[in-house]
Amino acid sequence: MIEVLSLVLGLAVLAGTAWLPNRLTRLLGALLFGLLVGVVLRFSVGMLGGLLLGAVAAVGAWRWLPRLVLRRVVFLVPALVLLIFATTLLMYRAPGNPFANERASSPQVEAALRAQYGVPKNANQFFGIYMRRLLVEGTLGPSIKVQGRTVEDLIKPAFPVSLALGLLALTLSVLFGLSLGILAGLKRNSAVDHLSMALALIGISLPSFVVGATLMIVFSLWLRWLPVAGWGSFRHLIMPAVALSLPNAAVIARLSRSGIIEVMQQDFVRTARAKGLPESWVIARHALRGAIIPVVSYLGPAAAAIMTGSFVVEVLFAIPGMGQWFVKGAINRDYSVVLGTAIVYFGLVIVFNLLVDLAYAWLDPRIRGKEA
Amino acid sequence: MHGSPFRLAMQRLARNRLAVAGALLIVGMCLSCLLLPMLLGLDAERTQPALRNLPPSTRSWFGTDTLGRDLFARVLVGGRTSLLVGLAGTAVSVLVGVSYGAVAGFYGGKVDEAMMRFVDFMYGLPYMFLVILIMLMFSETARGEMLPVFLALGLVQWLTMARIVRGQVLTLRHQEFVLAAELLGASDLRILVRHVLPNVVGVVVVYGTLMVPSVIILESFLSFLGLGVALSWGQLVSDGIAVVNPIRSYWWILLWPSVFLGTTLLSLNFIGDGLRDALDPKART
Repeated sequence: MIEVLSLVLGLAVLAGTAWLPNRLTRLLGALLFGLLVGVVLRFSVGMLGGLLLGAVAAVGAWRWLPRLVLRRVVFLVPALVLLIFATTLLMYRAPGNPFANERASSPQVEAALRAQYGVPKNANQFFGIYMRRLLVEGTLGPSIKVQGRTVEDLIKPAFPVSLALGLLALTLSVLFGLSLGILAGLKRNSAVDHLSMALALIGISLPSFVVGATLMIVFSLWLRWLPVAGWGSFRHLIMPAVALSLPNAAVIARLSRSGIIEVMQQDFVRTARAKGLPESWVIARHALRGAIIPVVSYLGPAAAAIMTGSFVVEVLFAIPGMGQWFVKGAINRDYSVVLGTAIVYFGLVIVFNLLVDLAYAWLDPRIRGKEA
Repeated sequence: MHGSPFRLAMQRLARNRLAVAGALLIVGMCLSCLLLPMLLGLDAERTQPALRNLPPSTRSWFGTDTLGRDLFARVLVGGRTSLLVGLAGTAVSVLVGVSYGAVAGFYGGKVDEAMMRFVDFMYGLPYMFLVILIMLMFSETARGEMLPVFLALGLVQWLTMARIVRGQVLTLRHQEFVLAAELLGASDLRILVRHVLPNVVGVVVVYGTLMVPSVIILESFLSFLGLGVALSWGQLVSDGIAVVNPIRSYWWILLWPSVFLGTTLLSLNFIGDGLRDALDPKART
């Protein structure tokens, strides 16, 4: 009962950030930003230094950061707490517990283990311990299943792997999707158009592990050009990134195609043509923006989709990334690993969305006036 | 009724050859998955140790897998799960998405802003987290118990629907016929159900159809990760991937489920795109 109430309360706080007046958003955002900076830095520069730098960051944020960023920060902090709480509840609801498979499972041993890892039987108590550990000690805690390693130890080598894979996949989808979509949109109803839209439909329709398996068979087993699976060199990265990027490239191709078709019918394009600009200049200077704006607004969901796909692709190609740890942690009920990876993923998504927001405001002045 | 918008739309749809082909294929696929295993007395789980890894032949049309189970039977029975999950998961998400979006769009203002902020928050989450965690909660339910999957998948897929419906309702809200109903003293619920929602049916049908394949894909992801609850195409593909090796090829174990999954998803997208072109000529580009 208390759990449900807290969840509702958390959601209410989250929704409540929509009602905050602008000046309060600015103030609160700056304070929370300073708090975040202080908490993170305290562990490297000490208590006093953290306090000082946090205060400096807060003042700096209040003075210079655009409201767009501060709004996100105001939203981020309660959202992060809510995420940790909801994940804890869901994990505790799942049958089984991290100590269910221990050999010596006498109640005393289990109680000792629970005390050692900070995993009480009650979800609320665990949430309290976890938050305290996160804020006061600044650690994601020990892994319960991987002996003698902290969650940081596990995530540190996995993070760059997942990041590299995700960024490459995102870059590929944008490059591939945008060029296909623009080409198709400019030569509407031509063979090129039909071919690229057919390709896009196939890309949307096939799940990434089917694409991945096909690539694996063709390029590593038949042609022997690329390593089958594993991690180590750039060559290991190619097939997983392509498999991950295909569905997103397809969506981006469709979006940019309809975007460019729409913009080519606008009056300002006709004006540009009428005043005698060469067609290539009309496209580069005026039409491209119309194709890019809808794609930029899709980048946020695209990042989430790539992360979702990466769970599967990492397992398929045996890539030692964070997705693997999350899946393993979830299956083994390794609570701290699940929470740690969830927090890192969530942080990535937030930072990425922030960048997208800023890029969007820069590209489309109509939004800049309203939001910034 | 000659030339009613609905009939015109259906005529446009019937002219779209890809959509018609897709629809026929889906109907055929549903019927064969549902009926053929019964009619032919196929058993998807019977193992025959003597008949392991047989290539397709007249005796076993699609070949057998590593435990000697008939692949034809398994692909058909797996199709039941995938198709059922696709439809039921979509039904859940349409229900949630339409009501959420309708309320947000109808009341507008701060209510709308708060509700949509939550949608944005959910959009940002890599929804696979949520699905995996919800699936874990039900990990001890009986095998073949499908309700948890419908819920888990439906509850992460409703966001797009909510956004689209909200946008439509927001514009419908201030049209004259809604104002007229309001002046006549109709209640909010009545206006919403009788006057606003009938006007969004077309959009809901289009995006509902396009949602079915994404639910099927999501279920296949779960099965691939070993979190599925019943035999499905995703699990069969993953079985096929497990036997991929450089020495000896059992191509049929991977090929058939991939082909069935791929053609089904492609056909569903054909139908969805066809419906969109037919019902919403403005979106046609």
